[in-house]
Amino acid sequence: MSEQSYVRTEMLSEQPAPLGQTGMLKWMRENLFSSIMNSIMTVVSFAVIILVLMQLIPWMMQPSWVSGSLRQCLDDPNIDGACWGVIRDRFNQLMYGFYPHAEQWRPNLAVVLMLVAVAPVLFDKLPRKMVWFSAIYPFLGAWLLWGGSAWTPILVVAGFAIGYIAFKMLHNMVGNMAMIGAVLAAVIWWLYGIGSVSAWLHSMLPIGIEAVPSSQFGGFMLSMTIGISGIALSLPIGIVLALGRQSDMFIIKTLSVGYIELIRGVPLITLLFVASVLLNFFMPPGTNFDLILRVIIMVTLFAAAYMAEVIRGGLAALPVGQYEAADALGLDYWKSMRLIIMPQALKISIPGIVGSFIGLFKDTTLVSVIGLLDPVGLIRTIQGSAEWNGLVWELFLFVSLLFWLFCFSMSRYSMYLERKLQTSH
Amino acid sequence: MSQVEQKEVDRSGMEVSDETAIEIINMNKWYGDFHVLKDINMVVNRGERIVVCGPSGSGKSTLIRCINRLEEHQKGDIIVDGTELSSDLKNIDKIRSEVGMVFQHFNLFPHLSILENCTLAPIWVRKTPKKEAEEIAMHFLEKVKIPEQALKYPGQLSGGQQQRVAIARSLCMKPRIMLFDEPTSALDPEMIAEVLDTMVQLAEEGMTMIVVTHEMGFARKVANRVVFMDQGQIVEQNSPEQFFDNPQSERTQLFLSQILGH
Ligand SMILES: Nc1ncnc2c1ncn2[C@@H]1O[C@H](COP(=O)(O)OP(=O)(O)OP(=O)(O)O)[C@@H](O)[C@H]1O
Ligand SMILES: [Mg+2]
Repeated sequence: MSEQSYVRTEMLSEQPAPLGQTGMLKWMRENLFSSIMNSIMTVVSFAVIILVLMQLIPWMMQPSWVSGSLRQCLDDPNIDGACWGVIRDRFNQLMYGFYPHAEQWRPNLAVVLMLVAVAPVLFDKLPRKMVWFSAIYPFLGAWLLWGGSAWTPILVVAGFAIGYIAFKMLHNMVGNMAMIGAVLAAVIWWLYGIGSVSAWLHSMLPIGIEAVPSSQFGGFMLSMTIGISGIALSLPIGIVLALGRQSDMFIIKTLSVGYIELIRGVPLITLLFVASVLLNFFMPPGTNFDLILRVIIMVTLFAAAYMAEVIRGGLAALPVGQYEAADALGLDYWKSMRLIIMPQALKISIPGIVGSFIGLFKDTTLVSVIGLLDPVGLIRTIQGSAEWNGLVWELFLFVSLLFWLFCFSMSRYSMYLERKLQTSH
Repeated sequence: MSQVEQKEVDRSGMEVSDETAIEIINMNKWYGDFHVLKDINMVVNRGERIVVCGPSGSGKSTLIRCINRLEEHQKGDIIVDGTELSSDLKNIDKIRSEVGMVFQHFNLFPHLSILENCTLAPIWVRKTPKKEAEEIAMHFLEKVKIPEQALKYPGQLSGGQQQRVAIARSLCMKPRIMLFDEPTSALDPEMIAEVLDTMVQLAEEGMTMIVVTHEMGFARKVANRVVFMDQGQIVEQNSPEQFFDNPQSERTQLFLSQILGH
């Protein structure tokens, strides 16, 4: 037998994969043209997209930025489509409503500080001490927006101290019922005490910035004010309601279920009307309760009911073993909720929670119904003006883009968060 | 069970003192109309290791869950470590921090690392400083032979490893009594041995243990007493030798022939 074998003595150098196995081509073949059906859908979809863009892009690409009125656009032979001048002309109004020009640095600063305040909440790598700033931001931010005496926000914060002192004093006498007394004391202070004390302190030591009344708020700034306050407040209230709904205590459970079902069964617009008209009847006479504040409360109460149901879904998805393990280790109710149950339930509910946030933010446009000038309300005002009468698409497109940017960032953040909290592998 | 039998267990150190750890007197429990536990009487001495067995649905889990108040009994008394279980929340928390429990499905906290799983209760319940709690946790993780997994998350561990972490997590609270509810029945056969080994080691150190299990090899080697339950009653309790070689009641004989029979 003759030995007839041939063995290559060197390794072949690596060669690039044949064309069509890599990059674009491979991707396209796998994702767009993997089957006949898929290929047909790809071709049809592309055709539709191209058709739409062929209409839309020429309409949008118009040298109309400088136009001062719709008339000017129509008369200009070079312009045959969108009249963007309205955005330039009314940009300030769409952003700030009728907020005084000289004071507009305040909402700007409030937004920047807000980013600083939410940063440690959103990203856990930042130093924990920053949370202190997050805690005082609500008062600082509100003061920047509405202005007035610097004493007011300080006295509002003092309300918490008053509540705490009341709790401490009553605790020895009536135990946990002291909570009710504490809340009562704080609310009475906020409603009756602050006004006169603040005025008195201000007369002694006047520090403050120019007050801007709520009636001058408007535009995207108003949407942000209502939306972000609503978001920040509805989450904790929603958590408490969700826990209340699960409670063993009959009264607490009934109240939570009743509240959630009542609010969810009522349209938000109704609640906004209640805020604009009715709420003042329930207030003690003489107190002037700010309209925007009333709207924020209503939007929050509304969103909290939905939030509670979303979080309840997360709670229900947790295996009972988690509750039992926490109990068996000797953790009390609040600790097991805080350390074991809520972190997991909230994580499960992130998509739903962010969905509620986005819904809430977009629902702020409903305030135009009760006469507040949010961007949508302003569109109507602008369309009613002599210069821009008859204009339709440009403003809605712009406002939609603003909202979309905001909601899309929230959506992206939630996806980042879900990935980060993924601990199974 | 064969895995355990191969090892000679050193029982010399397993002295049972005559101090009472758990006393259950005429205890009854109902789920609605269903009478799950009927007149249970049982005394567990300190250092004693008790294996509870019986057919499915006989109330074994319910019995040991009553001991740390995961379930509430309706009649009779349970006295753990001298403290009577009543609806007083203070007593319940006290007992729970003295009694460790290991579950069939581990019930580790998936959002926390292994180390955090072990330090959480010492830090929040015992108020142990974080650093010290971590040292204790590492000590017990070494004991169950997985210190190198400390920074991983439960989802990254095998079932056997997770169950050993669960044991370490309980031990970090320095409990005086440990309860096990079928700790190996959710595990693949090759992982059962590692968990049983850990439990044998614990027994050798004199821990008071009540173990619900069908691992009869473990019962034979480690238990002082085997308790057989059926339909919510303790039918028979005896030393393992007597229990396996000379079962008294018919129901016990039937049960043993079923699980050892084939
Ligand atoms: N929450 C509950 N509500 C109503 N009945 C229950 C409940 N938990 C358990 N039971 C019933 O009580 C009886 C005893 O249950 P238990 O879990 O104690 O049995 P077990 O001996 O541990 O069984 P297994 O070996 O299957 O774990 C069973 O018949 C079960 O169906
Ligand atoms: Mg069971």
